[in-house]
Amino acid sequence: MSDQPSPQSLRTEAIETLLIEKKLLTSADVDSVLTTFSEQVGPMNGAKLVARAWVDEGFKARLLEDATTIIAEYGFEGGQVDKLIVKACSESVHHVVVCTLCSCYPWAVLGLPPRWYKDPGYRSRIVREPRKVLTEMGLTLPETTDIKVWDSSAEIRYMVLPLRPAGTEALDETALAELITRDAMIGVAAIETPS
Amino acid sequence: MDGIHDLGGQPGYNALGYRRDEPVFKDRWEATVFTMVRASAQAGAYTNIDQFRHAVERIDPKAYLEHGYYGRWLGAVETLFVEAGILTTAEITERATQMGADPNDLIAARPNQIKTQTTGIPAKRNPIDQAPWFQVGDPVQTTETSPLGHTRLPGYARDKRGLITACQGLWPYPDLRAHSHGEPSQYLYTVTFSSRDLGFSEAFELNLDLFEPYLNPIETIQ
Repeated sequence: MSDQPSPQSLRTEAIETLLIEKKLLTSADVDSVLTTFSEQVGPMNGAKLVARAWVDEGFKARLLEDATTIIAEYGFEGGQVDKLIVKACSESVHHVVVCTLCSCYPWAVLGLPPRWYKDPGYRSRIVREPRKVLTEMGLTLPETTDIKVWDSSAEIRYMVLPLRPAGTEALDETALAELITRDAMIGVAAIETPS
Repeated sequence: MDGIHDLGGQPGYNALGYRRDEPVFKDRWEATVFTMVRASAQAGAYTNIDQFRHAVERIDPKAYLEHGYYGRWLGAVETLFVEAGILTTAEITERATQMGADPNDLIAARPNQIKTQTTGIPAKRNPIDQAPWFQVGDPVQTTETSPLGHTRLPGYARDKRGLITACQGLWPYPDLRAHSHGEPSQYLYTVTFSSRDLGFSEAFELNLDLFEPYLNPIETIQ
């Protein structure tokens, strides 16, 4: 937490106190949001789906066919996903997700979006030069891999099913889930083989 | 509407600011803003996500770029509370000044400064109980309309040729819903574009979910 309050934090506090006086907000509401989105909602939900899809071909087929029903079955909180579509990466196709008009993001499976996902650099460039952007982010794709970009312009949310790394054949679902990162499910990183 | 928010394809924003790890909320005020947005919905200051998005689009453009995501939300939620008559700009500024804010600070919110009684791209037809206009495989040309109101057709995909690759059914139409014209539905399609058709030199495929009023048929020549 920073020492010098920013103009935004002071204005927020001003509105907060006015809303508390009007009984439209409580400090407990803020605490509840902090707890929910720091602990209960996050990329661990998406990671569970990916790990299961890696070990269960039938589940993977269902996930690619109708992810919306599956996340309803899992009962993930933090919702706001009317429809979820999962796109599977292969050796020949790589998928990557963005929202150029605002910052739409599949909260129920990935939690709140990271800062870079919401900032102008990523939003402006990933739809113009995705291969270059991914390389700058540390993901160099083979020239033979086609890139498909999904710009979330309506209420459908997209999640990427990354490739299972080599050398993970002996790992079970729980161990696999721990390897899976948020950034791989956005499509800006690959899952590394555990050392 | 045309505006700073319509970032797709825009030149000049080179820095990605990419970090692998960061906290969900960098500071408590960000979580407070998040909570205030929920409170504003509960108080009736907005009734659907498109009204909220339109409020974000209407904030000060310099603040949009410089105040970060929760700074943008702060500008939007203040706009909505003021436009709903729940708070006034004067009382917020007075309270912030008491707390040590500089009266010359740039304020993101610009309530009532951009007309909200307009619409986005007009609907061509009421498709309830009618079949989708387009089928998978149909080539389409996006409209070149640049509306004053809210729309979900990004500027970079305006007046461009694409292919229908999925019909996603009927969804509330943002271009009307953002302006409180009820919840009229329109067909939504996934439209696939070649990057070359969008005018970009790198080769890739780009997919957008676009509403029927954004699309015009292309007659195929046999």
